[in-house]
Amino acid sequence: MSAASPSPIIERGTATSRIAAIAVVIIIALLATAPQFLSAGAVDRMTALFIYVILAAMWNALAGFGGLVSVGQQVFFGLGAYFAIRLADAGLNPFASLFVSAVIVGIVSWPLSLFMLRLRNGEFAIGMWVIAALTHLLVNLDRLVQGETGTSLISLNVYDAGTRRTVIYWLALASMTALLAILFGLLRGSTGAAIRAIRDNEDAAASVGVRVTGTKRLLFVLAALGIGIAGALWLATSITFQPKTYFNVQWTAYMIFMVLVGGIGTFEGAILGALVFFLIETWFGGTGVWYLVGLGATAVLFSLFLPRGLWGTVEERFGLHLLPVGYRVRLPGNPATALGDDAPLPRQTTQHQEKA
Amino acid sequence: MSNQIIQGILLGGYYALIACGLSFMFSVMRIINLAHGSLAVFAAFALWWLASRFHISPFVGLLIVLPLMAAIGWALQRFLLERSARGGALLPILTTFGLAIVIDNMLFEQFGADTRSLAPYIGSLSYDSWEWPGSIYVGKLAVIMFASAVILLGGLQLFLTRTRLGRSIRATSEDPDTAGLVGVDARRANAIAAAIAMVTVGLAGAFLGMRATFDPYAGAPQLLFAFEAAVIGGAGSLWGTLIGGIVLALAQTLGAQVHPQGFLIGGHAIFLIVLFVRLSASGLGLRGLLRLPSRSAS
Repeated sequence: MSAASPSPIIERGTATSRIAAIAVVIIIALLATAPQFLSAGAVDRMTALFIYVILAAMWNALAGFGGLVSVGQQVFFGLGAYFAIRLADAGLNPFASLFVSAVIVGIVSWPLSLFMLRLRNGEFAIGMWVIAALTHLLVNLDRLVQGETGTSLISLNVYDAGTRRTVIYWLALASMTALLAILFGLLRGSTGAAIRAIRDNEDAAASVGVRVTGTKRLLFVLAALGIGIAGALWLATSITFQPKTYFNVQWTAYMIFMVLVGGIGTFEGAILGALVFFLIETWFGGTGVWYLVGLGATAVLFSLFLPRGLWGTVEERFGLHLLPVGYRVRLPGNPATALGDDAPLPRQTTQHQEKA
Repeated sequence: MSNQIIQGILLGGYYALIACGLSFMFSVMRIINLAHGSLAVFAAFALWWLASRFHISPFVGLLIVLPLMAAIGWALQRFLLERSARGGALLPILTTFGLAIVIDNMLFEQFGADTRSLAPYIGSLSYDSWEWPGSIYVGKLAVIMFASAVILLGGLQLFLTRTRLGRSIRATSEDPDTAGLVGVDARRANAIAAAIAMVTVGLAGAFLGMRATFDPYAGAPQLLFAFEAAVIGGAGSLWGTLIGGIVLALAQTLGAQVHPQGFLIGGHAIFLIVLFVRLSASGLGLRGLLRLPSRSAS
């Protein structure tokens, strides 16, 4: 081939993104060794941060990529904790039960998806809320839970506090890394193209043969599994299980806040949003009610004036992709070289279209 | 047992009251307002505040609160919903959910966690009852509530079919662009529809306060009841909402008979059963559960 017939180069990353990939590995390695240096309180806070990142990333997978806004994701958070309690009560190792519990949540969510994914938009959103409310009431009926009194993950007490804290920290870090990696792989792989097509226009995607329902189901189950892990990990850090706390809609409110602020439909945005939420909570969490008012108001303002969130705006303005999941087309040489119409043109994945 | 059934039917009137605003707004603007329940609780608190602070009877207080709710509805549509609806179908869900959090917590900040009730301010009406044949006692308040629901639904129906404004609202809900071509101001029609919806919410809030207790976080269950009644009633006319409300209330009554905690479970269960039946019956073609005009929903 001569240089006179330049073909567009399709890239899956940029120089920045390759640096970012290395940075991610270094950050994870540093985080893994962090409990050696951090105080006990700081380790607990970092564990909370990892759980927030999981929650944000999973809600974003559902809403930002699957176009499914749910106000009832607390159902999986609560179930993750509840199944862990049940499994540990049945004699399973408490740490193992955290993950077995999450798998069960994922399995439970599959038949639920058959039903709920037939609802659209707002109906799906509140429908999930009804599911969460009903599940909460049913869990209350379990004698082990003793209604709103709740119960505890007693079997964790055989480990001393220091070991427990560090192990939960590592489990949270590992879960977060694994879930983010799964999501990243999913978005970068062949399913990713389908997911982005659905995000941009569901009907158009269906018309070109994208398996809309199957793809949405995948995201629904993944989100349920991830949020189940988050709930189980939260139980491990706080030991006590009160249904009211775990099935509280505030968990979904947090998820929505993190994703809206960070940038709905961007992989990096959810992580950024979780960080922002974590900092806000650290600084203002003590102010009680006004803190919650502020969260709600910020969510309203972002949805009205900056619906792409912080990261979406940055990405659009600077073309910055740290963890690119899409394709970029670079035209070598003369930029006027026309691209043939015969080849489907892989588009750079900026979020130019709003979700349908 | 027949006593319980009658109480259940009358309670259905309350659910119809709170549901009709939700389904009305959805059918006109295609927005499910997640702050619906919180706004009803806000109205209840406003009436409570007027009654406890200025000794204004809740019925007189409605003369102040209902216009206020109408103004809130108009402002809500103009400043919040209109803008967020431009960003797609999902954004209004997030906006109104954020709004609900703000309202709930502001109420908490202002009025604290205590449960309140309007019952002390309406005299003997809260416990007076009529004796019906067969030694059935029905509360006067429950009957008034049911009658209000019937009048409100009937009035709304008449308004939508008989008046010019009502027809322009219906035209906007069918197809805003075409309605615009024939001289209907869609923005105005939507804002008026939102104002009307909020008046019904205010009324529902008043009855919520009179028949039961409420606290700052009581909005979420009210939203769920409204949604459930609207979906169960579903197809066709506003009267479906009344049937939906009655079915919901009867299921709750039945649930309470079965188990002490069965009241809410019964309600949620009937909602899911109806949903399941309707989804199985309609196949994949179902585009919406609430009232939807014939236009395709995309």
